[in-house]
Amino acid sequence: MAVNMESLHEPISSSLPLEYQGDGNLKIFGFWVFLAAEVVLFSTLFAVYLVFHGNVAGGPTSQQLFDIRGFTIETFLLLTSSFTMGLGTYEMRRQNTKGVLAWVLITVLLGLGFLGMEISEFAHYVSIGANISRSAFLSAFFVLVGTHGSHVTLGILWILSILVQVMRKGITPKTARKLFVVGLYWHFLDVVWVFIFTVVYLTGKVM
Amino acid sequence: MLHSILQIGDKYFMWNEGPMIWTSDALIVLTSLGIVGLLTYLKRWKWLWDEWLTTVDHKKIGIMYIIAAFAMFFRGGMDGLIIRAQLAIPNNHFLTAEHYDQVFTTHGTIMILFMAMPFIIGLMNIAVPLQIGARDVAFPYLNAMSFWLFFFGALLFNISFVIGGSPDAGWTSYAPIAGPFYDPGVGENYYLISLQIAGIGTIATGINFLVTILKMRAPGMTLMRMPMFTWSVLITSVIIIFAFPVLTVTLALLMFDRLFGAHFFSVTHGGLPMMWANLFWIWGHPEVYIVILPAFGVFSEVVSTFSHKRLFGYKAMVVSLVAIAILSFTTWVHHFFTMGAGASVNSFFSFSTMLIAVPTGVKIFNWLFTMYKGRIEFTTSMLWALAFIPNFLIGGLTGVMLASAPADYQYHNSYFLVAHFHYVLIAGTVFGVFSGLYYWWPKMFGQKLNERIGKWAFWIFMISFNMTFMPMYFVGLMGMTRRMYTYPAGLGWGPFNLIETIGALGMGLGFVVMVFDIAYTIRHPEKDLTGDPWDGRTLEWSIPSPAPEYNFAVIPEVKGIDAYWMMKHPKEQEPGPVKAVDKSKIRPIHMPNNSYRPFIISVAFFVAGFGFIWQWYWLGIPGLIVVAIGLFLRSFEYNDEHFISTEEIERTEIAAGRL
Repeated sequence: MAVNMESLHEPISSSLPLEYQGDGNLKIFGFWVFLAAEVVLFSTLFAVYLVFHGNVAGGPTSQQLFDIRGFTIETFLLLTSSFTMGLGTYEMRRQNTKGVLAWVLITVLLGLGFLGMEISEFAHYVSIGANISRSAFLSAFFVLVGTHGSHVTLGILWILSILVQVMRKGITPKTARKLFVVGLYWHFLDVVWVFIFTVVYLTGKVM
Repeated sequence: MLHSILQIGDKYFMWNEGPMIWTSDALIVLTSLGIVGLLTYLKRWKWLWDEWLTTVDHKKIGIMYIIAAFAMFFRGGMDGLIIRAQLAIPNNHFLTAEHYDQVFTTHGTIMILFMAMPFIIGLMNIAVPLQIGARDVAFPYLNAMSFWLFFFGALLFNISFVIGGSPDAGWTSYAPIAGPFYDPGVGENYYLISLQIAGIGTIATGINFLVTILKMRAPGMTLMRMPMFTWSVLITSVIIIFAFPVLTVTLALLMFDRLFGAHFFSVTHGGLPMMWANLFWIWGHPEVYIVILPAFGVFSEVVSTFSHKRLFGYKAMVVSLVAIAILSFTTWVHHFFTMGAGASVNSFFSFSTMLIAVPTGVKIFNWLFTMYKGRIEFTTSMLWALAFIPNFLIGGLTGVMLASAPADYQYHNSYFLVAHFHYVLIAGTVFGVFSGLYYWWPKMFGQKLNERIGKWAFWIFMISFNMTFMPMYFVGLMGMTRRMYTYPAGLGWGPFNLIETIGALGMGLGFVVMVFDIAYTIRHPEKDLTGDPWDGRTLEWSIPSPAPEYNFAVIPEVKGIDAYWMMKHPKEQEPGPVKAVDKSKIRPIHMPNNSYRPFIISVAFFVAGFGFIWQWYWLGIPGLIVVAIGLFLRSFEYNDEHFISTEEIERTEIAAGRL
């Protein structure tokens, strides 16, 4: 290993957590900056959605469409998955490969459950004629919630590929950093969902 | 058989539209064959692949950005000349109205997104890591991704001219005229998707340079000791990170309208055309600061170097950069005062727009005070910087006129506006990148561009620029509107327009002379053996020209602003050249490996984009799957770095006369 050689990036310090070793610090910081860009992206979508919320063009309103039971379960699934991801990171810090695999796999299953519910929700709307072309409100709804959903899909594939790497290489500074970064991504999607839950679903149900 | 070929030709290649298309087709085929033939004849394919297409070296990526920017300058410039040919005389029908619409759209889009942006990013790539004493950017592989995404985005945009037709709704692509109802066909799809691909690359560049500057500075280089160009790039990166995702969303929404029948910007089903104008300019106004702030950075370096003085008012320069960046997000409505925002909203945006003149004015005075009592050296690079000040001032002051909402009802979308933004974008950004090109050329290639030819290019271009755009202020006030296809005789516009067209030809000539300068320099190089041809002040001049792969054999220690100047002029001793590298401090250097993947992924993006443009999902979706596979393969790559041994570093440094 290149531990005591002058590297392209910052020198190594033993007081840092595993994922921050070597150039991990640089990459984790870079990912935070990427998340800042993602915040802007979702903010724009939220702003567009809020402007269009009432523009239903004679079509179904949010009050008519949204199903409290459905979006509540979705929320529980995703929030729990964020928690289990956190437990996975905890096991990573304890160098417990099996614990990481178990918790992260549970995360993936919860994510898949969320995704399945979202797809069936979308399919239901389309089947009753509430599709993307029906009104500006529905265009904005599908694109905002769909962008989050496609992020979750990508996140699941990404987590799986990192899990394969953890299985192959164990918990090294590099795999730890990758796991930590995908964890950040997952928590970020959870935060976005909290806003979707309140701004889109809860508000949409009462207004 | 022949008949069906002709039918396909008419449908996809617009052969029915006449000789202009046929000529373009022939030129594209001939140029491509010429490039392929030349590479094969000179046996340069492997060299091209190993040294350039797969490189992750920021210096080479910077050079590729600038080459691409020159090509796009040529394309956008040809568009400009065609526009001027059409407008040279009254009642002209050199082009059809449809072609004219396409040409002004591609001119604007290419000049801003595929010329100005890559030129600026090219200079960032070349200078920033060297100025902060780093060995590369934070994420070299991502940097290569950025470049290839931009490159293939630009390529996709450019082929629209001969395959399917170009976008024709203006570079601002306003809804609803850019929507599916008023603008069917593939032209606008090209705009949306090629900008999207290039835009992803730009966001990555913003992240990359922010992290590079914040995390990879040499020891001792505090933020307030950074060179001013690096400061400008840091602030620009922040603007990119906060502005470009808005463009991403905006383009995607119109794409949903056009491809999947959504109703964001349509006039029916509750859509709002004004939503486009707002979103577009929330990105678009910061965008003009993205292309101007690094130019300000270049001028700061150049003025200080060639006045042989420290930059006046360093802190004020930094504060004004930050102020401009913040204000740039608060002015977007001034692009459409006339579109019904109401008096109070317009007042706010008038005020915020005028406010930008304050930090900009501070910067102008600081450059002037830097020159005051300096020993000014009139190099080509300095001439561009000197010409920038009065010319940009004209653009800036007319900008303040436009900022006044009531008066804007008179100026809006007239040639007065066209003159204004060409005065700021050309006298600011274009003069800036030319100044930077002459300034950093020795560091890029180890030779100085010929100064005599360079000065010819400067004078021809600068005078012609004023000839082209100064009359536009007047015809604008006389009532000539932007994007007007042709105009009747007898309004008194004819002579002005003719002068503008002659000026445009002069700018073309100036560009040709500059390209000739580059060709001449390649044949008759004036070598820079010192690494410091201008008696520079910042760290990039402390290393050999061209910079070795690893940049710094030993990472320097920074003691203040103008770090290299301080090394050359230590307090205790006589000033003298600092060259020697301390052999005992050389260690093996860790560098990233080349990778073919950024190139391949971007090709896949190009194919996917082409598929979506034509709504050929059988092509678009597999293209995206290849992109995804490329990303996942990258994740599984573990051995992507190598070491340069101390022996090799010593050999390189001895060859450069440093050891």
